[in-house]
Amino acid sequence: MDEAQARELAAAVLAGIAPEADLAAVGPDEDLRSALDLDSMDFMNLVVGLSERTGRPIPEADTPRLYTPRGLLAYLVQH
Amino acid sequence: MPALGADMESGRLLEWRVSAGSLVRPGDVVAVVETQKGAIDVEIFLEGTIEDLVPVGTELPVGGLLARVRGMHEPATAASPQAAAAAVAAPAPAPARVAAGHEGTRAAAIPAAQAFMSAPQASTRIKASPGARRRAHALGIDLAALRGSGPDGSIVLQDVEAGAPTGEAPREPAAAPARRFDPAQMRAAIAAAMGRSKREIPHYYLTLAVDFAAADRWLAAFNAERPPAERLLPAALLLKASALALRAVPQLNGFWRDGAAQPAPAVHVGWAISLRGGGLVAPAVHDADRKALPELMAALRDLVQRARSGGLRSSELADPTVTVTSLGERGADGVQGVIYPPQLALIGFGRIAPRPWVADGQVLARPVVHVSLAADHRASDGHLGGQLLAAIDAALQKPEGL
Repeated sequence: MDEAQARELAAAVLAGIAPEADLAAVGPDEDLRSALDLDSMDFMNLVVGLSERTGRPIPEADTPRLYTPRGLLAYLVQH
Repeated sequence: MPALGADMESGRLLEWRVSAGSLVRPGDVVAVVETQKGAIDVEIFLEGTIEDLVPVGTELPVGGLLARVRGMHEPATAASPQAAAAAVAAPAPAPARVAAGHEGTRAAAIPAAQAFMSAPQASTRIKASPGARRRAHALGIDLAALRGSGPDGSIVLQDVEAGAPTGEAPREPAAAPARRFDPAQMRAAIAAAMGRSKREIPHYYLTLAVDFAAADRWLAAFNAERPPAERLLPAALLLKASALALRAVPQLNGFWRDGAAQPAPAVHVGWAISLRGGGLVAPAVHDADRKALPELMAALRDLVQRARSGGLRSSELADPTVTVTSLGERGADGVQGVIYPPQLALIGFGRIAPRPWVADGQVLARPVVHVSLAADHRASDGHLGGQLLAAIDAALQKPEGL
């Protein structure tokens, strides 16, 4: 997966959780959770959605790496 | 028209999920009703043949008649296939009244058989975001005609835009009106309930700081090896601890009615869910004290999703015996809640955050959560309320027992 695909995937999953959320409006190092007003359940659903769409488990210990757009996209590209 | 909360005065029928003559069983969703809290799936608690359905769009006060259900006195299969086919070909005259005696039973057989033949397939909800629903409604697009690109195939705004007719003849409008959730109406419902609460209920408030370290450790171990969809959030533990404490202190679980406290036999926790774009709804997690944590977690995720997409059921709005509000990881430290009438209490959890904590004569950094209780002073006193908070604390110290 390249970064454009990762971005598209993340935006698609987010759209189902927070339809009005615009990933492109979040700075690369901003915390997605506060920038998009995602609560812990929303963030969990984001991880579940990414895991299901990529078929990868995303261990709990890795989830803090998904807090920022930069971290999230890098994680999806690497894994 | 069921009462879906103390603040509801009327509702408007948006959609029938059954047709006249359909067989219904307790728990079936038969209709969708628009309330101030959005579109709600109405369940039925009778068994039999439904008839005398009011037209879609009818506005009715609480207690108004939506339809009649005639009890079944003989099995519907008694009607021969020929009779059923004839009934489908030439619709039988709608039974005009509730048939109380055996005289009505023969006539009942035909529409009942017809229901078997022509009842819609088990209705599957079309998953769509509220924005997508609004846009689809505005454009007159049937959501069923769209393919969703969101999680689990849910329809998002861009799917609706993509499916919008461009200059061609507009498509047939959706047969059923789209589900609407009007923030102004929601605000009015909250204003009415909370105004009544503050006017009528003499609240008292208690708070307790609770060490969340044991629960945190247990959660980390539980989640470590599990796939994302099976992990637990602290919310599940807070919910279960509250439900168990309410079972131990039942005087705070129930309603204030007719000048007296009426404790409820079951613990149906109304879980406060904030809606994106404003508003709040607290649908029931039924029998929360008797559900295992994974089951509670699944119930919470399902409730939050349905609260936001407009798919709550009437029993979920009508049944809560208490409300629990958890402010979440980025919320305030604590909350002094406003009781949802006619309930007796509201339990609140602030965010779980590291704080200085004294244990074994030493100051340590521990994850701490401030638990609060707002309770009706007509029904209980602070001594009892303190016992409830202590029971929540005790339950959270033994997470393996939750």
